[in-house]
Amino acid sequence: MKRMMVVALVVTLALAFVFLLSGAMLELGPAAIDLRAQVSAHLAESGVSHPVTAVLLNYRGYDTLLEIAVLLLALLAILAVVGDAPASPSRATHPVLQTLGRLATPLMVVVAVYLLWAGAFRPGGAFQAGAVLAAAAVLLHLVGLLPGWSTPRLRLRIGLAAGFALFLAVAAALLTQGSLLQYPPDAAGALILLIESGLTVSLALILAGLFLFLAREERA
Amino acid sequence: MTLAFDLLLALSLLWCGWRTLATPRLDRAIVLFITFGLLMTLTWARLSAPDIGLAEAAIGAGLTGALLLDAYGVLRRRRVGP
Repeated sequence: MKRMMVVALVVTLALAFVFLLSGAMLELGPAAIDLRAQVSAHLAESGVSHPVTAVLLNYRGYDTLLEIAVLLLALLAILAVVGDAPASPSRATHPVLQTLGRLATPLMVVVAVYLLWAGAFRPGGAFQAGAVLAAAAVLLHLVGLLPGWSTPRLRLRIGLAAGFALFLAVAAALLTQGSLLQYPPDAAGALILLIESGLTVSLALILAGLFLFLAREERA
Repeated sequence: MTLAFDLLLALSLLWCGWRTLATPRLDRAIVLFITFGLLMTLTWARLSAPDIGLAEAAIGAGLTGALLLDAYGVLRRRRVGP
């Protein structure tokens, strides 16, 4: 009986909260600044013609810079947790799966490069391209063609940090011109493509690393 | 026609989300989560936000799904014992 009363009380409170929230949402006034108009007004000097990429890498580049830093930090935390257990060897799987993996990987690489290039003028960009590359690595691992990664050596470390370092270097170079990440309009397109290429490589390695560093020998 | 599709999409999204949380079996929950991610991708596309749709399909459904399935495999091997 007492349990029923508690449940009824919780449900009533939750419903009241829902009504309050809906009421607050309905009473919202129009936004003070119309960001959409501002984005399209300055699109010409952003260096790209797709508004989402313009926001992510030009107007709000600072945000994307911190995003890649957070992902790198997450991977460092995983590396600290797994320690130096030996990576598991690749298991042999069915030959049909292996053939499928071999056929799909080149296609995925082409799709990733296309997504990176298309980011300038239509939906796409570094994050999507990196995720597709990482998915190719995960696929190769699952069909047994790519062994899991042990503690990264110098080359892999450079690859993991390259995107963030490149972004930071561009930001620092632009800081001497005035303010952080304010690209000169005539070089903006090239700079964004440079940063996005670096981001794609690092994101692919980081996202694949989330999977491949965790593929360790089971310790009984 | 479009309205019917949107309604169907919204209903299946809600149902899929509910089943993901409510199902007692871990393997089914993971597969339902991946399905939820794919339906979410369609929803973003319908809301004319293909950028988020692409990211959701690649990271939300693809990589997270693979990680969850991998974790489930490890859990099951531990339960059965080597």
